[in-house]
Amino acid sequence: MKARRIAAVAMAVSVAFALTACGSDDDGGDSGGGDTIKIGIKFDQPGLGLKEGSKYTGFDVDVATYIAEKMGYDEGDIKWVQAPSPQRETMLETGQVDMIVATYSITDERKEKVGFAGPYFIAGQDLLIRADDSSIKSVDDLDGKKLCSVSGSTSAQNVKDKVAGVNLQEFKTYSECLPALVSGAIDALTTDDTILAGYASQESYKGKLKVVGQPFSEENYGVGLKKGDSEMCTKVTDAITSMIDDGTWEKLVAANFGESGFTPGEGNPPTPAACA
Amino acid sequence: MGDLFENYDIIGAFWVTIQLSLLGAVGALVIGTIVAVMRVSPVGVLRILGAAYVNVFRNTPLTLLMFFSVAGMAFILGLTLSDNLSTNAYRWAVIALSVYHAGFVAEALRSGVNTIPAGQAEAARAIGLTFGQSMREVLLPQAFRGAIAPLGSTLIALIKNTTVAAVILGTTKPEAAGMLQVVTENEGASLATFGIFAIGFVILTLPIGVLFTRLSQKMAVKR
Repeated sequence: MKARRIAAVAMAVSVAFALTACGSDDDGGDSGGGDTIKIGIKFDQPGLGLKEGSKYTGFDVDVATYIAEKMGYDEGDIKWVQAPSPQRETMLETGQVDMIVATYSITDERKEKVGFAGPYFIAGQDLLIRADDSSIKSVDDLDGKKLCSVSGSTSAQNVKDKVAGVNLQEFKTYSECLPALVSGAIDALTTDDTILAGYASQESYKGKLKVVGQPFSEENYGVGLKKGDSEMCTKVTDAITSMIDDGTWEKLVAANFGESGFTPGEGNPPTPAACA
Repeated sequence: MGDLFENYDIIGAFWVTIQLSLLGAVGALVIGTIVAVMRVSPVGVLRILGAAYVNVFRNTPLTLLMFFSVAGMAFILGLTLSDNLSTNAYRWAVIALSVYHAGFVAEALRSGVNTIPAGQAEAARAIGLTFGQSMREVLLPQAFRGAIAPLGSTLIALIKNTTVAAVILGTTKPEAAGMLQVVTENEGASLATFGIFAIGFVILTLPIGVLFTRLSQKMAVKR
């Protein structure tokens, strides 16, 4: 028991070390050579956008690759750029990226600053719990439970409105919540079901965690574009439509989320909205 | 600009920042004084312990201490300070701030002790005062007066370092940095928002700098 605790402490510390080390290694030195396209993705979300060595994997990455190919770019022409949530609007406004495919929910506030094509996926806020925990079946069972989320995120604000007496711990990233969830210090982790499914199917957590499967919000993932670029928007929308029509969409969902037993919620696959 | 203050409790967030600063300052002063006394004590073991404390905590990143306090001490070792997770994180944040800055306070005080001519300590012992008495009556009062300026710098650093508490506090009991995260998530990053928070910190720290400079001149021991 004691040795396990020490190991667990060491693990927590190593997470913290990883945190302090996660500054920006800027590989965005050369500015667009005309024939390349810069796409913003997440680098740290398994199943959606994950950087492993020099490889990029995940649903968002696959969708972005498909769209870029439809627009006439080769896979080698794509330059992946990390797009952390708080910087997404600025990166599009200043042209650091041409488009963002990074669990980017379409909201009215964001529409004032950037343009959106899509949605290409409808996610919902859900709960991730220990596989042997049968006491949480939906968001209504959360009263008195300990919950973890990322500070300032829409999911964290949302759950505060939904559950009055919520007992919430907030960290910087979801990865920091996971050890506490596994060890039992926290009962549930909340955010979009897609992100949770990605964590549940990660090698080190397989079989230990499960997604509840009762989404209590609707997040429309769109492709973020520079505001007012209707030509680009039309191209991307066409690409998304053909991706859904030719069956690629379902293939990508199965390939990226299949292992966790996660199935997309109601409304999927979505119909992309027309460009304004 | 006006609705930013209407929609978000920015003043309330800065109030949490002030609370963290005050509690952290008191904690750091208490621990720091003890460590400083250990460092100048005649007992070798205490001196080593004091030096070890300063070297460990002064050279550890505060982010790490903060995260370790909740993720390590509270969640894995079970040393929770409250059943409410946000209160627990708040108390651990105060402890982390105290423990971290105590190292700096101890060094400031030790430098204060070093400004006192060695003859005074020898004279105090010569008239029969114990170590404790000579510390209390002769050395520490002068050390504090000599260390006002560096203590002021430490306080200013502490006020700004409260933003690191956002690592564990998040937005459940937001201090300034946590509130900035909420605003950024909902409204996107803008220069104006950053400006407001920056000005808030200047308002908090600038008067303290002026006050401590004045105080250090006024209270300096004339020799």
